Amino acid sequence: MSSAYLPVLMLFGVSVLNAVGMVVASQVLNPRRATPEKDMPYESGMIPLGDTRARFSVKFYMVAISFIIFDLEAIFLIPWAVEMRALGWGGFVAVSIFMMVLVVGFVYEWKKGGLDWE
Amino acid sequence: MHELSPMAFAISSSIKVFLVFSVSLAVVAFMTLTERKVAGFIQDRLGPNRVGPFGLLQPVADGIKNFLKEETMPATANRPFFIMAPMLAIIPAVVTFAVIPFAAPLPTPWGVVGMVVADIPIGILYVLALSSLGVYGLFLAGWASNNKYALLGGVRSSSQMVSYEVALGLSLIPVFMLAGNVTLTEIVWQQQLLGMWYLFPLSLAFIFFVISAFAETNRLPFDLPEAESELVTGYHTEYSAMKFSMFMIAEFSHILTASALMATLFLGGWSIPFWSGDHMFWYQGMLISGFGADGAPVAAAPALWITLLTLLSFIVKTLFFILVFMWVRWTLPRFRYDQVMHLGWKVMLPIALAYVMIIAATILVLDQVGIEGFLFGAVLTLVSLLCTGIFVFAVDRDRIISGSTREPAPPAPRSPVPSGAGVRRVLPAGSPASGDL
Repeated sequence: MSSAYLPVLMLFGVSVLNAVGMVVASQVLNPRRATPEKDMPYESGMIPLGDTRARFSVKFYMVAISFIIFDLEAIFLIPWAVEMRALGWGGFVAVSIFMMVLVVGFVYEWKKGGLDWE
Repeated sequence: MHELSPMAFAISSSIKVFLVFSVSLAVVAFMTLTERKVAGFIQDRLGPNRVGPFGLLQPVADGIKNFLKEETMPATANRPFFIMAPMLAIIPAVVTFAVIPFAAPLPTPWGVVGMVVADIPIGILYVLALSSLGVYGLFLAGWASNNKYALLGGVRSSSQMVSYEVALGLSLIPVFMLAGNVTLTEIVWQQQLLGMWYLFPLSLAFIFFVISAFAETNRLPFDLPEAESELVTGYHTEYSAMKFSMFMIAEFSHILTASALMATLFLGGWSIPFWSGDHMFWYQGMLISGFGADGAPVAAAPALWITLLTLLSFIVKTLFFILVFMWVRWTLPRFRYDQVMHLGWKVMLPIALAYVMIIAATILVLDQVGIEGFLFGAVLTLVSLLCTGIFVFAVDRDRIISGSTREPAPPAPRSPVPSGAGVRRVLPAGSPASGDL
């Protein structure tokens, strides 16, 4: 069955070659006449102010943490979903308990305002 | 009908890899033209029509131009990552198409060739894994550019893609329940056996999948990562010439793959509706069409014309969804960021979880009662329609996702309102990062 992965590897190789080829070809073909103004980061025609690596909102971090929890939940549900009809009501109850635990956490996060964007 | 020998497998795989790769890149090139044509027609213009007949050579001209144009790179940019980012964006986008079956198996003198690049057992999990790798390319592009617009675009895109990946994963779970497998070839076959596209029994899952696919591909109405009116063009502000073009190729490849997936998961893939002649599936090393009344597998009869006809069916379904992507882009306005986030986390996540449990319970009850075949599908369709109705009304009530006016207009204020009175939650002075984004 492992030979089924061979075409994936081939396609992967082809697309890596393609990506590198595109970058190299454009590097070779295009002209490069740099001026200090051209090499400046674009900020609507103004001279850039301040540092780019500034702090950004903590909300993005909250989203990342919530993502880990709920994407893992979805991943854990997939094996059950595939065998759901064979496992029957026993599996259903088990998954319901698992989901209950996560829903409690979800409600807590919602009420705490962890999902708010204002 | 036997399987291929290892040698024939290697040769046929090479041919398929080459064909799928070149055809998908060609389709992507023409999608750029199609998008501009569709935009033109929607806005009552003609669109590009100067290069070649009907502008058909426009993608070629664009390609040549992009290779020959001067590239700029900010002097403050992080050079290796700046060059690596477009590659990281384009590779996963192109590779994802590998597991999607695009036609019925083709009989050849050396055995039957499956019309899918790689029929791997992990099936759609491969698509999920690789499509989420695309976020690295976008975020790295935004960060390495050392440009504020680009950084904001990168942060937004990673946050948005991550949010909708949860809903995307959950919308697939009902499909796995019905198909009992994660390989796309079997999902297609199970739809043929049920005699019904999953679009009907799992209508809400389909809606969630479409919404998440739009968000994952950063297309309107979810194109906040590159919102022109706020962020210039977001994460690829500093990219020009071919590197910019690579981001576009990646975006359009994602659209192509998403359209093909919608067609495969919910519209029966390459199968032709109301016809059982194309039922084909590899079952224990044998190509079968289904099971007889005694439970014995019935051999299938593949033919060249069936393969061609099913290929046409697949192309029509995929093209339909590609056109829907473009139609939506030129019709709907963009969301606000808080609306995007609230739709993803507060609406789609809880409803998708509930929907998974409802569908699971319905299937188990139907199995226990012993209902099968068409009636099974019909009952599920009814349940799904009910859920869809609830979803539509939950979204439409302006409770969770606030509309364009945050607060209802105050009824004729008598005294002048001090500034800041309309803000719901006033942050304490000097609180960090409150107004940075």
